[in-house]
Amino acid sequence: MSDPATVVAAVEDPELPFVTIGELGMVRSVEVSAHQVNVVLTPTYTGCPATEQIRDDVVQALQAHDYEAVVEFEMSPAWSTDHISARGLAKLKAAGIAPPGSAKSGVVVLDTPVRCPQCGSLRTRLQSAFGATACKALYRCNACRQPFESFKAI
Amino acid sequence: MPADLLTHVLRQGDRAMVLCQRLGQWIAHAPEFEEDVALANISLDLLGQARHLYTYAGALEGRGRLEDDFAYTRDADEFFNPLLVEQPNGDFAVTMVRQYLHDQWAMLYWEAMIGSQDATLSALAARAKNETAFHLRHSTSWVVRLGDGTDESHRRTQSAIDQLWPHTDELTHAADETQLKDAGLVVPVSPIEWRANVDRTFAEATLTAPEDADQITGGINGNHSPQLIEMLTEMQQLARAHPGVVW
Repeated sequence: MSDPATVVAAVEDPELPFVTIGELGMVRSVEVSAHQVNVVLTPTYTGCPATEQIRDDVVQALQAHDYEAVVEFEMSPAWSTDHISARGLAKLKAAGIAPPGSAKSGVVVLDTPVRCPQCGSLRTRLQSAFGATACKALYRCNACRQPFESFKAI
Repeated sequence: MPADLLTHVLRQGDRAMVLCQRLGQWIAHAPEFEEDVALANISLDLLGQARHLYTYAGALEGRGRLEDDFAYTRDADEFFNPLLVEQPNGDFAVTMVRQYLHDQWAMLYWEAMIGSQDATLSALAARAKNETAFHLRHSTSWVVRLGDGTDESHRRTQSAIDQLWPHTDELTHAADETQLKDAGLVVPVSPIEWRANVDRTFAEATLTAPEDADQITGGINGNHSPQLIEMLTEMQQLARAHPGVVW
């Protein structure tokens, strides 16, 4: 039987299937009691439509290893892109999504230069702060002329 | 009668829900594709905030009502949103001025509410503040672009301000929440700070706030315009026609 914490951490994000919820920093705790596994996750955005899907995926993944699971979401402390692991950031970049810079300043800054994940140039331009999912912004690279998505630092 | 915490939570939940629905009406009608995506994203964030607030309202009320019950089964006179957010979309300038006036206040509200003695509201505030910063930035940039744009965009944006200004007092003042503020559950937002921020943006946008505009209030106590009834009729139609339906 696999370790429940490993099983939970390996669940894929439904909207970014190349990263796991463990790598995104969404797993707060996994506790095993006699009859069930209690999982505490933190949602990324309050309105992220993937939240319910993730809950179901975690329950299913644990069921596949014969665990009964109860999944709860805890909002405090608020999730930040700073919680994404180094491996998660590398995977985002490999998938053509510019990884977020540090959100530590506490202020949301969109003007910091974003490096093009395709050619590496910093000559990029924000097209829209809102992309195909709540967590991404749309950019265009002035060097290689390609559009790309960037994970918003939040 | 002073407002209780449930009333405050419903006011905020309804504010987010009603504005969410209004923005949703733009989808596939926005002036450009990126704007369709942006308005949908902002709408979705507001929906997320509304869902959390409705869930909390259900817990405070203790009668077993769930988020969908609050959204889909209440009549207009049971909604407590400020009148500003129910104002019809109008042209793009009206939508953006409405959004800007709202976002400027929401930003101060969520920043302040991080310090609430209520753990649920404080936790939500920490997340909602980060989302609202993106919304505010978006609506601010549009107000500046439109106000300081062409003669026509300036005229329409100034006209939107004149039309919406009578709803700003209600957004920034809730006189009956003093007890909640004294208890530390609601952290007050300074209307002066809100106004100073608005004036700064308007100056950059070459726009002006009307002086001595008559103010209209009532939404936060359940007195609404016919436009809200119309909007809710459409929003609630499916859920009311097929109670308990799952889709």
